[in-house]
Amino acid sequence: MEEKDMICIVCPLGCKLKVTKSDISQTGYAVEGNKCFRGVDYGIKEMTNPTRALTTTVVISDASVKRLPVRTSGTIPKPLIKQAMVLINKVEVKAPIKVGEVIIKNILDTGVDIIASRSMCQNSEHEDLLKACFLQG
Amino acid sequence: MLQYDIVVIGGGPAGLAAAIEARKNGVKKILIIERDRELGGILQQCIHNGFGLHIFKEELTGPEYAERFIKELITMDIEYKLDTMVLEVSDSKVITAMNATDGILHIQAKAIILAMGCRERTRGAIRIPGTRPAGVMAAGTAQRFVNIEGDMIGKRIVILGSGDIGLIMARRLTLEGADVLAVAELMSYSGGLTRNIVQCLEDFNIPLYLNHTVVNIEGHDRVEAVTIAQVDEKYKPIKGTEKRFECDTLLLSVGLIPENELSKSAGIALDNVTGGPIVNESMETSVEGIFACGNVVHVHDLVDWVTEESRRAGSSAAKYIKGQIQSNCKTIKLKGINGVRYVVPHQIRLDNIEQTVELMMRVDNIYKDIKFVIKSNGEVIKEVKRKHVAPGEMETIKLDLSKFTPGDCDEMYIEIVEKEA
Repeated sequence: MEEKDMICIVCPLGCKLKVTKSDISQTGYAVEGNKCFRGVDYGIKEMTNPTRALTTTVVISDASVKRLPVRTSGTIPKPLIKQAMVLINKVEVKAPIKVGEVIIKNILDTGVDIIASRSMCQNSEHEDLLKACFLQG
Repeated sequence: MLQYDIVVIGGGPAGLAAAIEARKNGVKKILIIERDRELGGILQQCIHNGFGLHIFKEELTGPEYAERFIKELITMDIEYKLDTMVLEVSDSKVITAMNATDGILHIQAKAIILAMGCRERTRGAIRIPGTRPAGVMAAGTAQRFVNIEGDMIGKRIVILGSGDIGLIMARRLTLEGADVLAVAELMSYSGGLTRNIVQCLEDFNIPLYLNHTVVNIEGHDRVEAVTIAQVDEKYKPIKGTEKRFECDTLLLSVGLIPENELSKSAGIALDNVTGGPIVNESMETSVEGIFACGNVVHVHDLVDWVTEESRRAGSSAAKYIKGQIQSNCKTIKLKGINGVRYVVPHQIRLDNIEQTVELMMRVDNIYKDIKFVIKSNGEVIKEVKRKHVAPGEMETIKLDLSKFTPGDCDEMYIEIVEKEA
């Protein structure tokens, strides 16, 4: 019987899961040890197609700092992370950027976008302009 | 002298939440003083996800979490000063600060909220032998370099300490093309969340050496090699277990210390276990009208808990200004014993509790199948079962005090009781 102990990484609780191949279950697997329903999805996915969220940065110009943090809008297959990094590292953006703005659409045909994980205003000495830019986001 | 109702020192998650909550409770003149160039604090460099599950029920990155609060703050028109350093806080609630445009500022506040966060322990704090080349730095500093300034910090890296920052930087640096050769941890368990061991180390095949420490650093101008060795029960390195890694960087993730230089200047009593101020149910320190919240009080593992605690500090400071806080009433002292390292708050003034009080605590070791037992005068007040507790994971217990009738100066003890087999 195929079975695997793993730690759920969906949230910081870190439930200890036991995932067993099961013919009775509709999904083909039985999951134990999870405190919420997301643990079931994670356990099955980890056996069949492990995916991860990716967070990193891209180069930004015209802002007060040099890097804009970005993340995947969902999770992508684990083996694609390296390739995704190569693509993300080629991107350069310009301020202003709003949180959630799509930086790369449908990366590696995963259906997942790379999005900005913060707003970044154009570098300015004027605090009011910065505030206004922030509130638009 | 400038006059404010509430001055919040620190514009990170604690300061933001406290200021917003104070405004929601009707306080008009609020000022946040932040020493960095923008609000958000350390969250701005924590670009990984996992923030906000309790508060927003979704998984956000640090900057996303911060942005929600910054937006709310700006919408509420709460004043803040950036690039401004607070030099001193007095017990009469006068703040001395400075920046490049105003010069020296003196501010009289009716109430102060301390939200300065924490700082990282350094090489000096843990006495690592060897030469003193460039390339030894704290993990959080590296995080700022990589995630905000866009500078890579090294190519071949060894990390000492498996706290969350160390683990997260192991993954981050790997993604950026560095070789992370090893993570060494002095204890027999990781100080970080288990999910970070999985997704930061195991996913990238980075070895974790438990019961290991750094015994030598080589290099003149730059780190050339780091040697780690296994330690015995007394944390003494065991001869013959050395492993030498040729590398250019050693990252230290060896703990955080609440940043309380300013609290000391105000004469605030500190707890030597947490390193932060002794606080009561209102997050008020030993100096009346000075409140504290977030990592300046005790180091939290999740920002969500910081937000909750800071909201309490913000609403309490608002109550204080309106004269709604009772200070001459029955007080219970709380103490952690038998495996509970500390409990926050340290004191509870019963008249200020509506019904429940949230206790935050840390344990001194990994325990399985235990219960937390809260006792006063030998009487058990509450028992809470836990399957697994670890020093890296803060525990919270909601305690209902509505049916509790105390004496004049009661003490309450919280301890770990292991289940009989």
